[in-house]
Amino acid sequence: MLDRREFVAELLKDRGDLLVVTGLGAPTYDVAAVSEHSLNFYLWGAMGSAAMIGLGLALAQPTRRVVVITGDGEMLMGLGALATIGVKQPANLAIAVIDNRHYGETGMQASHTDAGIDLTAIAKACKFPSTHAVSALGEIADVRRLIHAGAGPIFIQAHVKAEDLPRVLPTRDGQEIKFRFMAALK
Amino acid sequence: MDPTVEARSFWPDAIYAHLKRLGVAQIGYVPDAGHTRLINLCKADNEIADVVLTTEEEGVGLVSGAHLGGQRAALLMQSSGVGNCINMFSLLTNCGFPCLILVTMRGEYAEFNPWQIQMGSITEETFKLSGFLTYRVDEPEKVDDIVGAACDIAFAGNRPVAVLLGQRLIGRKVWNK
Repeated sequence: MLDRREFVAELLKDRGDLLVVTGLGAPTYDVAAVSEHSLNFYLWGAMGSAAMIGLGLALAQPTRRVVVITGDGEMLMGLGALATIGVKQPANLAIAVIDNRHYGETGMQASHTDAGIDLTAIAKACKFPSTHAVSALGEIADVRRLIHAGAGPIFIQAHVKAEDLPRVLPTRDGQEIKFRFMAALK
Repeated sequence: MDPTVEARSFWPDAIYAHLKRLGVAQIGYVPDAGHTRLINLCKADNEIADVVLTTEEEGVGLVSGAHLGGQRAALLMQSSGVGNCINMFSLLTNCGFPCLILVTMRGEYAEFNPWQIQMGSITEETFKLSGFLTYRVDEPEKVDDIVGAACDIAFAGNRPVAVLLGQRLIGRKVWNK
């Protein structure tokens, strides 16, 4: 079982010009904890939208790599997006779900994945050609290479410990997050 | 062709012409009878990525991501789908993303199915409460002008804008086929 902050730090090591979209709650804090980066688009709401923002971005920037880093609860709320991405088959998009099987933001209630609902199997069924469940630190280097150079859409499910870590809060101003991201992308 | 007849049959072409004029490069849609012609025009266009959605709310994320990546996007949906999007609309108002939504109305003129009435009757208010500017068209001859104005304000002003295409414009649904 992985430590979520270690997983994100390893995944984003030497990130280069990778474009990152984060799902609300702990994934936003995890990515901010690695480092503030202008090419992070942090979500603070719109739960269930992260994967679709990734799709719109990946279609608009076909020569860049996009990774969506989100939680199991956020992914479960937008499962249809996996089917939509499966139809569109964007080669430059990866979805990485940090799965702690709980809703950390609302008091650690169990999510559907805690009852055995298998997100990697769902992604596979949605025609993701590249799906990976990781639970050990040594496995992360391989998926990191994939998000930079592998043929997508790629789905990664990181099995992490359920723990409530200190929050690292980036700005909540959506306009600021957007302008910073778009200026860095130019 | 008689200009009135032409407008009645080809109003989706007028919308398509505006999407092209403004360089819209992505459209998100849920299959819809009223939007069939426009969807087919976009699908046949190699410069437009057509993204078929499982639910309309996915489209709000799509247009937001498209704008972040420097492309313009539009959404096509039926009035019943607008209710599916409400929480996602907060993306647009919080971040100042442009969003053009073309809505085929149900639950009004000659509606056969009473289940369409509730969402149809609150579609415009839903948009207004969610921070959208709204326009409405019922006559085919006015589609070009109104949709053109809506497109301009959406993309020039980075605003969420909806155009309600009245059920009278789309015509009676034929149920006995």
